[in-house]
Amino acid sequence: MAIVINGTDHPIPNDPRMSLLDLLRERVGLTGTKLGCNQGACGACTVLLDGERVLSCLTLAVQASGRQVRTIEGLAGEGLAGEGLAGEEGPLHPLQQAFIDHDGFQCGYCTPGQICSALGMLEELRRGEPSHVTADLSAGRTALTREELRERMSGNLCRCGGHNGIVDAILEYAEKGGAA
Amino acid sequence: MIPFSYSLAANEQDALARGANGTARYLAGGTNLVDLMRQDIERADALVDISRLPATIEETAGGGLVVGAAVRNAALAADPRVRARYPMLSRALLAAASAQIRNMATVGGNILQRTRCSYFYDVAGSRCNKRSPGAGCDAIGGFTRYHAILGASDRCAATHPSDMCVALVALDAIVHLEGATGRRSMPLADLHVLPGDTPHIETSLRPGELITGIEIPSCPAAANSTYRKVRDRSSYAFALVSVAAALKVADGKISDVRIALGGVAPKPWRAKRAEAALRGSAPGDDAFRVAADAELADAAPLEGNGFKVSLARNTIVAVLGGLAGEAA
Repeated sequence: MAIVINGTDHPIPNDPRMSLLDLLRERVGLTGTKLGCNQGACGACTVLLDGERVLSCLTLAVQASGRQVRTIEGLAGEGLAGEGLAGEEGPLHPLQQAFIDHDGFQCGYCTPGQICSALGMLEELRRGEPSHVTADLSAGRTALTREELRERMSGNLCRCGGHNGIVDAILEYAEKGGAA
Repeated sequence: MIPFSYSLAANEQDALARGANGTARYLAGGTNLVDLMRQDIERADALVDISRLPATIEETAGGGLVVGAAVRNAALAADPRVRARYPMLSRALLAAASAQIRNMATVGGNILQRTRCSYFYDVAGSRCNKRSPGAGCDAIGGFTRYHAILGASDRCAATHPSDMCVALVALDAIVHLEGATGRRSMPLADLHVLPGDTPHIETSLRPGELITGIEIPSCPAAANSTYRKVRDRSSYAFALVSVAAALKVADGKISDVRIALGGVAPKPWRAKRAEAALRGSAPGDDAFRVAADAELADAAPLEGNGFKVSLARNTIVAVLGGLAGEAA
């Protein structure tokens, strides 16, 4: 068994203590995913595991065996691998571009987690999942208001206070029908 | 983290065999256990990964649901049957943690998560009777804003942090267990135990025993239910006080009422006294206040959390008033 990271197989570490975050950063060299609190409080280490947003700091790498991990490095040039434009050489993912257009960051440390989290969040919304601020639990669909977005993204802290730009970027991407 | 071995359980029997070793621990979502092991609060020689055991939500013959222990918190919150029949449970889950953590955390792990008492976490600087039995407690007499006002002892006033469990005890949920001596079940309300003189003992689980699922009985009153969580920030924070409640009114009288409290006690706190005071009476703010006061009569706040008594009372009254609507 291997861990599939951005489409490439990687061996499972021998030491089960290694977190998925450390595997990504220290072994695979994918340093886009950030180490923040290392205790599940900040969201900087958010990645997509089989499409679901999770915290890589609290996931043991061995638990990702046989599963698909997607990190910020796997977003640019998405779907263009056949044209030699995959990964960092490809054009930015439209949500990455929206973060630039709306100044969705200052220092940028939380940004990879914010972007991966937003992609997972939009999938949850597409599936009709409610949130803490959803008034009607029986509704099959919930509109992505600013209030809904802020609640759904509350697991990603931004200490620069870049939240307004982050919200604007995600809203614009979602309104354009952005595919996760 | 001390070194440990890892194995993936193929099924429940396999998990039990692997978990029988005295220093093995079951690992599910890892959102609490991995953190505690990194802090050197929890130690294990072996982790038995139960996160890939069947995660189904099935109907019972009696109109309830059986939820597999490995079901993720996010999946349970989003289940259409839970949203329709037990909205307080969906709302409790959605008020908890962050979306990332809800995607990882399981039902079984949520039940067995440890307190977030900051003195419990402060290995280097604080005494804690949970971490080191008999060591003493630096929380009592310290910063107690987040501590218990009900059910605590002079050894420990740490609160149980779960939101989900508050809704589940209000719903009379049953825990299904499997261990070396076979299967058994018990009310969730009996699984967690009060600290007394032994705050390091938090549940009535036997060594190596595994939570396999939760049964939520049919509860028609719960169609009219909700969960309100009062906290220091409006999202991604633990409760100061939370209230799970269901209310059914028939012919101007309360025919069924369920109330449980979070953030105020070492275990999810079923408010039986408040319920008894309300059953059969006419709904209204005065009745709700009398019931809340009955529940809180034994409250023993510490120096820093006296506000929780009035906060709990007001939250109970507000939640019941909202559920009563026009009937009050």
